[in-house]
Amino acid sequence: MDIVVCGKIIPASTVTIEIDPAMKRMIRKGVAHELDPAAASAVEEALRLMEKAGGTVTLVTMGFNEITIGIRTALAMGATSAVHIFDDALAGSDALATAKALAAAIRKKPFDLIICGAESSDSYSGIVPGQLARLLGVPPVTFANEMAVEGTTLAVKRQSETGYDAVEADLPALVTVTSGINEPRYPQLKGIMAAKKKEILQYSVEDLGLAPADVGEQGAREKVLEVGRPPRREAGEVVEDDGEGGRRIADFLAEVKVL
Amino acid sequence: MSDTVWVYGEVVDDAVTATTLEMVTKAAEAGDAEVVLLGPAPGDAVELLGRHGASKVYRSTDPVFRDYLTLPAAAAVESLIRQHRPAVVLFASSYGGRDVAAAVSAGLDCGAITDVADFTLTDGRVEAKIPALGASYWNTSTLTHDQVRILLVRPKAFEPAPNPRTPVVVEVTAPDDAELRKVRVKEKVTARAEGPQLDGASVIVAGGRGLANAENFDMLRELAELLGGAVGATRAVVDSGWVPYSLQIGQTGKTVKPDLYIACGISGAVQHLAGMKDSKLIIAVNKDPDAPIFQICDLGIVGDVFKVVPQLIDAIKERR
Repeated sequence: MDIVVCGKIIPASTVTIEIDPAMKRMIRKGVAHELDPAAASAVEEALRLMEKAGGTVTLVTMGFNEITIGIRTALAMGATSAVHIFDDALAGSDALATAKALAAAIRKKPFDLIICGAESSDSYSGIVPGQLARLLGVPPVTFANEMAVEGTTLAVKRQSETGYDAVEADLPALVTVTSGINEPRYPQLKGIMAAKKKEILQYSVEDLGLAPADVGEQGAREKVLEVGRPPRREAGEVVEDDGEGGRRIADFLAEVKVL
Repeated sequence: MSDTVWVYGEVVDDAVTATTLEMVTKAAEAGDAEVVLLGPAPGDAVELLGRHGASKVYRSTDPVFRDYLTLPAAAAVESLIRQHRPAVVLFASSYGGRDVAAAVSAGLDCGAITDVADFTLTDGRVEAKIPALGASYWNTSTLTHDQVRILLVRPKAFEPAPNPRTPVVVEVTAPDDAELRKVRVKEKVTARAEGPQLDGASVIVAGGRGLANAENFDMLRELAELLGGAVGATRAVVDSGWVPYSLQIGQTGKTVKPDLYIACGISGAVQHLAGMKDSKLIIAVNKDPDAPIFQICDLGIVGDVFKVVPQLIDAIKERR
């Protein structure tokens, strides 16, 4: 089975993300990056399927040079190869422009299944996978908490507002996974060494057969007009627990008349 | 002539969702409100939508929309939009709403704005207000084209209000294409949380990954009960299966504004802060002094949640 994982590589969880007020975009250049947690779960799920059924796992992702570290993580975990869509013309892409670039890269090779993170931990918009599925003409199943492939059928427990839906879809399909679906493996030394020899294909906008007007700032349908800071909530008192922390909260609750 | 604003109506658990009614109320303020309601729904659904300001309801009761995920609804909505060209279509930021909106926005090549907290509509131009990065920023965004503008709206962004109309019902024919039946719903399983529900709770005790396992939520249940409140959780906890989705607070999940929010073992990821930041008082207990939750709390205890919370429970009992 040939599996494509579309995963985002995002500013590391240790980084406080800032927005550049002039460009009205997240500052991504020069910032430490890592594989998004949901994307890591997508890679893990793909590797488990490959270990069972054979085939390949290809990571397809988009971003600046800074994201190479996340690509290496996926390769060190065991992904077969990676596709890095990398072009300054992509800066300022909205969700749909991102989906168009990913779709163009994925179309270059046959696939059986696409696995994506359900939503990234930096922007949480969660619509790129659904747009991608529509562009590629494959059925989408989002927010999988559990999944299995039997022949050409994908079976998924999909989170719902009231519990879960047990659904089935025909392959080729696209599925998005939550970070709770599995515990992603840590890359081992052997994997890290092997990753250095694995192929990272780089595609530019031109390589993908896209016009500059399709992607980036020019292609984006959504335009940010203004970015501002809301009035900051005044930070209260933060204290180290001296063994009386619980009682300190009880005192506070009494002060504000909850107790 | 005012602009037409559509709402993609949703039914969960055999009831029209609260977010649907919130969106209809807003749509009727912004323009002429019309609703697309696909699939089986309670008998009074159309009347209920009318009471909130809907002047027209595009309706199909065909079970294909319930039994097959996303594809039939997306195809029907796409074709209705091409036919009637509304200025704006509002979808809820729910599982179903988001999936249909994503497919339609790609199908019509019009894009979408997600996580909308408010918007204005002037002569067909939309300006949407969006909290970004856990509401540490606000964006104002627009869609730069003359096609339909798709907005994904946060729950509780608007107050539902009576605005009685008698809606015209337009029957919609369900698409009859085998290609659209590729995602089959085999079973719907309800996992409802016991105890007080988050909606309307004045006190919420919420737990994050720091709670370490499902059993440790008992401690939070006891604290919530003592304070007459409800228990909530972060997405990570729900994803891990410790508590059901109905307890999830955050950008995906419920938006809550209680009088008192006690965050236990919650670091304060962007996703979570977006759903609870407007609580009146916030108390946080976490072992990491750099946890972002401490930047927005009224009282923060840097310490072990398994020591602090039991001591708090004892202290409350002593005072009674």
